[in-house]
Amino acid sequence: MLNQFFREPITLGLAQAAAVTLLSLGVMFLARRQNIHLEREILVALARGFVQVVAVGAVLVFVLQGPWALGLLVLTAMLVAAAFTARRRVTTIPQALTVALLGIGAGAGTVILTMTWLGVIDPALTSLIPVGSMIIANAMNTCTLALERFRAEIESHTGLIEAGLALGADPRAIVRPYVQAAVQASMIPRIDSLRSLGIVWIPGLMAGMILSGTDPVYAAIYQFVIIAMIFATSGITALVSVLAVRGRIFTPAEQLILRP
Amino acid sequence: MNAPPGRPAHPDPAEGATLPGQPDHAVKIRTQRLSRVVKGVAIVNDVSVDVFHQEVMAVVGPSGAGKTSFLRLINRLDEPTRGTVFLDGVDYRTIPPRVLRRRVGMVMQFPYLFPGTVADNIRFAPLQRGEEISDEEIDRLLAQVDLPGYREREVSQLSGGEAQRVSLARTLANSPEVLLLDEPTSALDDKAKASVEALIVRIIREQKLTCLIVTHDNAQALRMANRAMVMEKGRLVKVGPVQEVLDAESVLP
Repeated sequence: MLNQFFREPITLGLAQAAAVTLLSLGVMFLARRQNIHLEREILVALARGFVQVVAVGAVLVFVLQGPWALGLLVLTAMLVAAAFTARRRVTTIPQALTVALLGIGAGAGTVILTMTWLGVIDPALTSLIPVGSMIIANAMNTCTLALERFRAEIESHTGLIEAGLALGADPRAIVRPYVQAAVQASMIPRIDSLRSLGIVWIPGLMAGMILSGTDPVYAAIYQFVIIAMIFATSGITALVSVLAVRGRIFTPAEQLILRP
Repeated sequence: MNAPPGRPAHPDPAEGATLPGQPDHAVKIRTQRLSRVVKGVAIVNDVSVDVFHQEVMAVVGPSGAGKTSFLRLINRLDEPTRGTVFLDGVDYRTIPPRVLRRRVGMVMQFPYLFPGTVADNIRFAPLQRGEEISDEEIDRLLAQVDLPGYREREVSQLSGGEAQRVSLARTLANSPEVLLLDEPTSALDDKAKASVEALIVRIIREQKLTCLIVTHDNAQALRMANRAMVMEKGRLVKVGPVQEVLDAESVLP
């Protein structure tokens, strides 16, 4: 209906955005009637989300025509931003920023670089940046999940951990079960998304490719490629993040720092 | 520094659980101006005390006095913010922490057993230094803590008293020279309390261990210790033969 009135892609987009904003506001009022007061959060989030993503789109207009190195620069900036975001979510973890940078950098960095080199990710910026950002965003979520779970495991087992230390044990050996639990827990959502691919959900990228006229089978295969890359990224990120933080929750004299 | 006691606290122990040990006058543990400040609060404040070979020192005082915090500094589970501890005259900061913690064993208020069997728990510490101990050795340790035949029991099936005995056996598997006891019987019922206490006393005596025991129970301190040190607000306020120190304490308003 809207496209009958708006021909220009930008104005059409704005009209579509207005429509979904109305829908969201409707949801907000519905929530309000149930005494769920999220008005402020919802309004701020809507406005922020719109401005941010449009700003990125505007920047992309220039970036996508830029040289290859610019893509790396943009991805690096995203990676650093992701590490800062992850740190904010896990405030009690010692040296969280370093840990997040290591984890996200190792996971997203390794996968983006090797897959671009192999030609799985098209080095053209129109492909590298969106795919890269997806990988980085997932690395960030995995990093947060893994660190959060690790923190919870440590904090709920301080007695056992200190009993182990008091017996003269290697701190790494004592926390091994918690490392395993954290890495596993943070990877389960990725395994689930691989398993339910196509049945429970048709992910955004595939939907987008089909919308823009790509052969659905190629779009499907490429979606698998993306999810598998995200899976690999998560695995590396979770392992590196947790192993990086493992050494940081003890002092050099092997005393437990992280406590409830 | 405190003068060595001229004579044992209990020259003639009439009760079975009393330690008759004539302390060897060499200093086993010396804390030197030991302090720990956390967020501006001195939880242990300038504590200097000597504990002699094969002596049992009770650490008493009101709750929140810093008794447990003091004990945790002695096996370096926490780091002193000032001062240090000498073990046999050697500054403990020069001893690798794992070696130190094997020599200075600790039994906590709660047993904190690792999931698995009793044997898994007893094997744990020796395995950490690459030593596998035999089933016979495990049985011997279990016999010491009066738990014969418990080797393959699941720790989740144990009573509180049994679990605390396993925790003691697990610490003894390291053959420690010093034993730190942090209210080891306070989480137990009266019956288990008496038997675990008697067991600890027997083991300390048989194995010629030097011992620091945190307790809020003056009667227990009298039964177990040669000397007592009283802590208040992180400070050492008094140290001496257990009888004298606790008698003086009890007449305080």
